[in-house]
Amino acid sequence: MRKYEVAVVLAPTLTEEEVDQSIETFQEIAKEKEAQVANVDNWGKRNLAYPINKHTEGIYVILTLEESNAESVAELERRFKMTESVIRFLTIRVDLNLKRAEKIKSRRDSKKRLNTLSEDNNETQTVSVAVED
Amino acid sequence: MAKRRRYCKFCSDKVDYIDYKDVRTLSTYVPEGSKMTPRRISGVCSIHQKKLSRAIKQARHLALLSYIPS
Repeated sequence: MRKYEVAVVLAPTLTEEEVDQSIETFQEIAKEKEAQVANVDNWGKRNLAYPINKHTEGIYVILTLEESNAESVAELERRFKMTESVIRFLTIRVDLNLKRAEKIKSRRDSKKRLNTLSEDNNETQTVSVAVED
Repeated sequence: MAKRRRYCKFCSDKVDYIDYKDVRTLSTYVPEGSKMTPRRISGVCSIHQKKLSRAIKQARHLALLSYIPS
């Protein structure tokens, strides 16, 4: 299962109802292409770091999708390009990154365990030397 | 300036994934919307610098960070 994070910046001219409506249509598109919407995060209005299409604010929405292929993401991106109220979007596949992060973490944990083990060994050795003396 | 021992902050904090949404962390490596801090100054290790630069570029695309100095 792939996990995608789709970030969308909507124009600030939209009313709250219109924002909710467009979020719903995005979710419907995703469901049509057999993707599961894991999470919807609406950040609300935020100042943009630089003006885009003469807008100084943007409404940030972040969707997390789970699916086995990239069909829904491709369809969503196609729709974003056509929709005028979408001023920016960014799709990231996150499952690989998270997997890699977990791998690094497990490797670090095992290393830590090894270190503590070798410390224990050292202690037993010193003890045995003391007995010999 | 006295020479300080530099270390990778991400390594010591054990960060495995740098998120573009975490603007507060990213902005410490992009002073006042200018260029990214080079590794030789910030002391970030190569693995994390790569992840950091990618996250900064993604944040810039979404207008969370600026491309030009403000």
